[in-house]
Amino acid sequence: MNDHPLLRVNGLTHMYGARVGCRDVSFELWPGEVIGIVGESGSGKSTLLSCLSTRQRPTAGVVEYDTTDQGLVDVYGLSEPRQRMLMRTDWGIVHQNPRDGLRMGVSAGANVGERLMAVGARHYGRIREQAGTWLDKVEIDPTRMDDQPATFSGGMLQRLQIARNLVTHPRLVFMDEPTGGLDVSVQARLLDLLRRLVTDLGLSAIVVTHDLAVARLLAHRLMVMKDGQVVEHGLTDQVLDDPHHPYTQLLVSSVLQP
Amino acid sequence: MIHVRDLSKTYVLHTQGGISIPVFMGAQLSVQAGECVTLHGPSGSGKSTLLRCLYGNCKADAGAIMVRHGAAYVDVATAQPRAIIDVRRRSMGYVSQFLRAIPRVSALDVVAEPLRATGTAMEPARARAADLLARLRIPERLWHLAPATFSGGEQQRVNIARGFASDHPILLLDEPTASLDAANRAVVVQLIEEAKARGVALVGVFHDDEVREAVSSRIVTMQPEVSA
Repeated sequence: MNDHPLLRVNGLTHMYGARVGCRDVSFELWPGEVIGIVGESGSGKSTLLSCLSTRQRPTAGVVEYDTTDQGLVDVYGLSEPRQRMLMRTDWGIVHQNPRDGLRMGVSAGANVGERLMAVGARHYGRIREQAGTWLDKVEIDPTRMDDQPATFSGGMLQRLQIARNLVTHPRLVFMDEPTGGLDVSVQARLLDLLRRLVTDLGLSAIVVTHDLAVARLLAHRLMVMKDGQVVEHGLTDQVLDDPHHPYTQLLVSSVLQP
Repeated sequence: MIHVRDLSKTYVLHTQGGISIPVFMGAQLSVQAGECVTLHGPSGSGKSTLLRCLYGNCKADAGAIMVRHGAAYVDVATAQPRAIIDVRRRSMGYVSQFLRAIPRVSALDVVAEPLRATGTAMEPARARAADLLARLRIPERLWHLAPATFSGGEQQRVNIARGFASDHPILLLDEPTASLDAANRAVVVQLIEEAKARGVALVGVFHDDEVREAVSSRIVTMQPEVSA
């Protein structure tokens, strides 16, 4: 086991005026670990994810990330170019709506290749080859490489977004409802794919979801949020099978068993 | 291998008016390598809860659960989640009746997975998985299919194979033989005996009197807590 965390969060708070986005969230994420953030809509899950991934400056609190060259640094203390570099190389962000994470005007292959070029790849043949490999890994027929994403189904778009994010071998991936809006058979395929990629690549990830089954399948640990605060935090199966907080008990007992 | 001291557990049901259900108070248990300790008692006496506490699936209110992990002991009752995950990966397995099928993963890989997680190469892991599936009478034509579509009994046997595939020095068995036919029950008894011979420490709950008699090195009797 590594002896320091990949991400350390302390007292993270975000206010929208007088309204609480998230309040006083603290946790550590270790290499290879997947944390699930669950809770109902409006509980602050997405706000927290935005604040963690430098897309929204928090009102208070510290987010430290273990950079390869300087060790743990405050991500909001980094210059903007370095923040952008981090987003492009070390981090990946998978949006709920793949259209937010893809460039819809360029081909599927270019969507994947673009991330490689952002980290300095220049050889056209190799970029194309790698893009092809990644399309294959996410189960998109590489012959669709030159097609526009607009011709893809929702499930394919989500897989393309994942390929675009993982091609640069990030160490940390933020996912916001990665299976939201997909029908269940497509969801199952995506979940299996995500699970395999996370294990094979030893990725760390923070996954926001309102779907407890998704959380159980992907996450090692769970944080349960309500009204912007983390009300329960622990091993995924323990939180789901032996919930302690009244809200977690309500959440778990509200799930319909198919 | 396992030392439980003064363990207490009460379920508080907030969604049902906050009623408290005490399960056990001050429970003690020690398990040595190579023995199978059976928890026995009437329904509601906390056998499964105790087993789940050992695995870190249930959170105890007080007491310690010292579990041998490599050269040291980890207190599962208070350890960090990532420490418990490591204990589960390398030291402690859990066999329940219910398989949580993962879409699209074949039976063979479901069984091989715990071995893969501790670094065994794909081929030997699959060979061991195939051996166990064969012993538990899962027809070979099913090995490459995802168990989600299997019958309840087949899923249960896949799950048992998965539990015995690993080389964990500690195994927890939650009614693994429930609803199995006699032939398969005999295979499970055999697997338990082989694990004991390898020096594995086992803790189990068995509904079946015959199985309990056959495998238990010791039987620990549990009584329901009387509500205060």
